[in-house]
Amino acid sequence: MSATTTTPSTPATAKASVHTGAGGVMSKRRGTVATAVMLFLALLWLFPLLWSLYNSFRDYSYTQTNGYLSFGGWTLDNYQNAWSRGNFGLHLKNSLLITVPAVALTLFLSSMVAFVLARFSYRFNLTLLGVFLAANLLPPQALLIPVFKMFREIPLPTFMSESGTMLNSFWALILVNTAFQMGFCTFVLSNYMKTLPYEIYESAQMDGASVWRQYWQLTMPLVRPALAALATLQVTWIYNEFFWATVLISRGDKLPITSALNNLRGQFFQDTNLVAAGSIIVALPVLIVFFVLQKQFVSGLTMGSTKG
Amino acid sequence: MATVTAPRRSRRTVRRVEKRQGTRDRLVVAAMVGIPTLLVIWLVWLPALASVALSFTKWNGFKLSGIEWVGTQNYTDIVTIYPPFWPAIQNNVIWLVFLFVFPTIFGILLAVILDREMRGSRFYQTAFYLPVVLSMALVGFIWQLFYSTDQGLINAVFGTNIDWYGDPDINLWSVLVATAWRHTGYIMLIYLAGLKGVDASLREAAAVDGASEVKTFFHVILPVMRPINMIVLVIVVIESLRAFDLVWIINKGRNGLELISALVTQNVIGEATRYGFGSALAVIMMIISTVFIAIYLRIVFREERG
Repeated sequence: MSATTTTPSTPATAKASVHTGAGGVMSKRRGTVATAVMLFLALLWLFPLLWSLYNSFRDYSYTQTNGYLSFGGWTLDNYQNAWSRGNFGLHLKNSLLITVPAVALTLFLSSMVAFVLARFSYRFNLTLLGVFLAANLLPPQALLIPVFKMFREIPLPTFMSESGTMLNSFWALILVNTAFQMGFCTFVLSNYMKTLPYEIYESAQMDGASVWRQYWQLTMPLVRPALAALATLQVTWIYNEFFWATVLISRGDKLPITSALNNLRGQFFQDTNLVAAGSIIVALPVLIVFFVLQKQFVSGLTMGSTKG
Repeated sequence: MATVTAPRRSRRTVRRVEKRQGTRDRLVVAAMVGIPTLLVIWLVWLPALASVALSFTKWNGFKLSGIEWVGTQNYTDIVTIYPPFWPAIQNNVIWLVFLFVFPTIFGILLAVILDREMRGSRFYQTAFYLPVVLSMALVGFIWQLFYSTDQGLINAVFGTNIDWYGDPDINLWSVLVATAWRHTGYIMLIYLAGLKGVDASLREAAAVDGASEVKTFFHVILPVMRPINMIVLVIVVIESLRAFDLVWIINKGRNGLELISALVTQNVIGEATRYGFGSALAVIMMIISTVFIAIYLRIVFREERG
């Protein structure tokens, strides 16, 4: 927030990139102590994931006889087992079929609202932003009952949903995720669009460009960095979404991967190495996104909270 | 003649085109705002209102004619004869206080330290916010490696035989530790971004005046960061109210892990479908969160106007 008051005109991403010491230099002795403490804490933080990775390659009977503090018993069977027993191929495909359309729809719809909010000044602009933003913050459980009941009553043709209703269909999850995520994206995008110089619209207007062209051909290419950051963030959030998928999908074969974990719990928790392998498989897509698009992820997250 | 009328006609056409485009543009703008707004109203605001209305009724969820008006009966029942309600409230409050006292303050501390010029700062930052990309459900899975009674690391190291996820006296704390693992990095990230916006000259001025670093933080940095502090507070409250995934994956929010969010869900997809009763629980959640959403929006819009 204070970021905006000191440097109001900088585009959001410039400020939100990974941080490099603005807080001054420390004295040497204190610096060494701080480094040692930080190193210890950082390794502590990485430990759960490293421990999962380590055990995911170990044989169940080996760890049973030698204990978990042993070393050895290498195998790849856990991955194979987890993959086939957990039906991960199917669930990952479901996640993909939900996440990609939901992210695309969220960005498309929220960029339209953001464009209108940033480009035109109407009296109800703030109210509108409030309507979207508050929706983003409400606890989803508070809306569960009406949404659940409504989706059960809405019929869909069988080619759209095998169950014949919105319940148990990907459409339900795509729409619900979109509705909930739009607030955040609208907020970030409209702030970003406000940093664009207004003159570009004046000259576009002179050239007779329609509002749609001003949005699609002029504004959208200019906000690509913000879109990339939000896309990264939304992919991880919607992939990680647990609640709506758990309540709106009751058919096991339709569950996306994150909610499918709930059903795997019973059969996996007997064998910790299997849990480890399963966890690594489920974490892999977001970890790849994280390492490849780290900058986008961080800037997306901080853009919203500090209002770029 | 022709030379005189031609430009006049074209001017008229231009105006007509402009007017037509004006109308079309207005329609386009209306659609651009209207469609997303309708979606949000349909899936968020109408359900919110419906929850409020249903909370005063009794309904098993089948026929609409089966809805029976019972006034505030559900609310009275919740606070008097619904056994998991007060444990849930207590757990939600513990959740909030814990998140605030440990991972939030710790995350802020990390941000302040990593805000300095330090070798490997990027590596430390990455390590701390790596868990932020994982879902809470997955965090629950990963921590099973530590908490499992017979195969968990903690019991193996200490030679104990504790069921960390199952024992109702301690499972809340086990869950909170796992949550903290993810929450710390999130707060650190937000706070780092905020610290970056603090004017460096403020800090220099404080140093010139001979203020110690601790003093500088409390008297200079913290006041400047007020809006961020408020945002962090709101995030913590909302996150602890929304907490659901981890307890649901462990035992569907029973046996020491009662949370309001889980109670609402149990009343819909559990054994009994009690829509009216569940809605009353949902409304209680909504009221608490509304207060904090209002605070959040106020901060955001003050910035917006300023």
